[in-house]
Amino acid sequence: MFQSRTRFATGTVLALTAALSLSACGGSKSGEASASSASCVDTSGDTIKLGFLNSTSGAMAISEQTVRDSLSLAATQINAAGGILGKKIEPVVEDGASDPAVFAEKIEKLLTGDCVAAVFGGWTSASRKAMLPVVEADNGLLFYPVQYEGLEASKNIYYTGATTNQQIIPAMDFLKSKGVKTLFLAGSDYVFPRTANKIIKQYAAELGIEIVGEEYVPLDDDDWTTQVAKIVEAKPDFVFNTINGSSNVGFVKAYYEQGLSAKTTPIISVSIAEEEAPAMGKDVTGQFAAWNYFQSVKSPTNDAFIKAFQDEYGADRPTSDPMEAAYTSLYLYKALVEKADSFDVDEINDAADGVTFDAPEGTVTIDGENHHIAKTALIGQINADNQFDVVWSSEKPIEPDPFLEGYAWWDPSAE
Amino acid sequence: MDAFTTPLLAGTATGALLLIAALGLALTFGQMGVINMAHGEFLMAGAYTTYLTQQVVTSTDLSILVALPVAFLVAGALGLLLEVAIIQWMYRRPLDTLLVTVGVSLLLQQLAKDVFGAQGDPVHTPGWLDGNIDVLGYHWPFRQMFTIVLAGAALAGLGALLRYTAYGRRIRATVQNRDLAETMGVSTRAVDRVTFFVGSGLAGIGGVAVSLISGTNPNLGTTYIISAFLVVVAGGLGQLRGTVIAAFAVGVVTAFFTDWFSSSMAQVLTFALVVVFLQLRPQGLFTVRARGLA
Repeated sequence: MFQSRTRFATGTVLALTAALSLSACGGSKSGEASASSASCVDTSGDTIKLGFLNSTSGAMAISEQTVRDSLSLAATQINAAGGILGKKIEPVVEDGASDPAVFAEKIEKLLTGDCVAAVFGGWTSASRKAMLPVVEADNGLLFYPVQYEGLEASKNIYYTGATTNQQIIPAMDFLKSKGVKTLFLAGSDYVFPRTANKIIKQYAAELGIEIVGEEYVPLDDDDWTTQVAKIVEAKPDFVFNTINGSSNVGFVKAYYEQGLSAKTTPIISVSIAEEEAPAMGKDVTGQFAAWNYFQSVKSPTNDAFIKAFQDEYGADRPTSDPMEAAYTSLYLYKALVEKADSFDVDEINDAADGVTFDAPEGTVTIDGENHHIAKTALIGQINADNQFDVVWSSEKPIEPDPFLEGYAWWDPSAE
Repeated sequence: MDAFTTPLLAGTATGALLLIAALGLALTFGQMGVINMAHGEFLMAGAYTTYLTQQVVTSTDLSILVALPVAFLVAGALGLLLEVAIIQWMYRRPLDTLLVTVGVSLLLQQLAKDVFGAQGDPVHTPGWLDGNIDVLGYHWPFRQMFTIVLAGAALAGLGALLRYTAYGRRIRATVQNRDLAETMGVSTRAVDRVTFFVGSGLAGIGGVAVSLISGTNPNLGTTYIISAFLVVVAGGLGQLRGTVIAAFAVGVVTAFFTDWFSSSMAQVLTFALVVVFLQLRPQGLFTVRARGLA
């Protein structure tokens, strides 16, 4: 009896481990979007409902909570100043639970159940991809506040974070200006880093920068030892880091352990901001990051934004790029509605081109064609206070080009 | 030149980490037959203990040494609590144990998120571990050597406990024949508890080593639990020798696959290799020819 139990246990564990490994690559499907129906948004009262859909539980909560906080701040400010078209914002909040399927389900509920006029949120590309068919089927509006891999445009989504020609391509221009000749690519193994690196490789060939290595590690894996050993061997001038999440910590620790540093081989990152820098457990002073906003940006608008945010949530809270993009998205929505003089999605889309807002990062302008916004690209260098000193800027806002149509070297079909 | 030394040395360190994680399982799963899916969360508890210790003992050089026994006690206490509260009622029901401990594992992860936040906290490497030596072109970090030493110490400690102490004799007796041991006056309940305490405590020590690689985060345990079970099953249940060999084999083979192909591919290939191995040798590397086992 004991014998058969042991066998049974062994078999169960194997089956279970197999199932767990499979589920790790499975991803999730969004629910079948319901048939399109006439908008149920109620604009007769003196309030207007807006949906805030962010993960307040699960692995993404710490990042998305910051977005929720800045959305709430913007709503409070707009209401204090009289609301949108005289109507006060009534936020309807939902938890995306760090699960793309939940995002799809909740946005359906917000649009057709709560009848909100627009939804603000999402973070991972997987969550946006899950919400896209739903928001299109319902002809709703989604404002997405995070930099991403581009190659997407929907008439029902406004992208207030950077697309690749506003973050990754300027970062390459910066490396060229530094005289970088050899570059090593390190990324997490999923859609954003793989797409970003495809663009980087093609642009590097154009710029005459040699790619001397390319390594990926799964998102949930923190051991970068073997890959960092390859960086040590390849001796690149710079490392381009597209790692996301906690895997960054393992990368940075392995990097410094094997004797690399900002002095020997600097890293430029696209997902390490004011929140992440202190969590590395290593002194990362001197490393670089590419964003469109830093807390250190000097402008009266940014000073007011930081003061309002820290008054509300505490003086120890840093502000970061996605938070600023979320704050901006609500103000852009207000400007859109006021220009269209309507909460109707189609009328808003017709009025969208050229709508601007004087944001903490600088003046941003909506492109009516692709629904992205013109943004200024910045490169920051981490200082001893885990803040970023701006060391390079595109000087003026870059027009969004999510499909890289204006870049002759870009060949989406090439490897 | 270091196409060979890098995977070999880095893989040995990974193997050592797997060994510490698997030693506890070799006790609770291999010897007691309990499938504890929350074992990975005891690693996580060890990592958070390291973080908390660094908040109290501000000298980084000392704090890691203080964290080791504290992490052992914290994770051990958690294991003991789990045994007393849940597992003791399910000793003859492996499937129920599995489901319940999966639940406990999720519960502990959410608890960590609620208490510490989902982002993860930094763990600082002590000065005496910060550095490396050049071994034929591979800058071998002191931290990896420390992991190997730690695994060796954990193995020696556990081996000595099982072989030379009265508790060890009772554990072995209970494993070999529970009913007979009971008739000889061994309190098998007490033995179960001690075994669970020690097995879980070892995971806490593993957590200290893991925290030096990646800091803390609430999902840290899930990264290691699958590989750890793989090691115990491939090594063969009921003894430690197979676990040791399997841990280092999995670590080194994965490192070579990572070097030749990619990290994602290495996980797939290693898993496939172990499955093929178990097809040929379902009992694992070694088996104990004793009543009630094998």
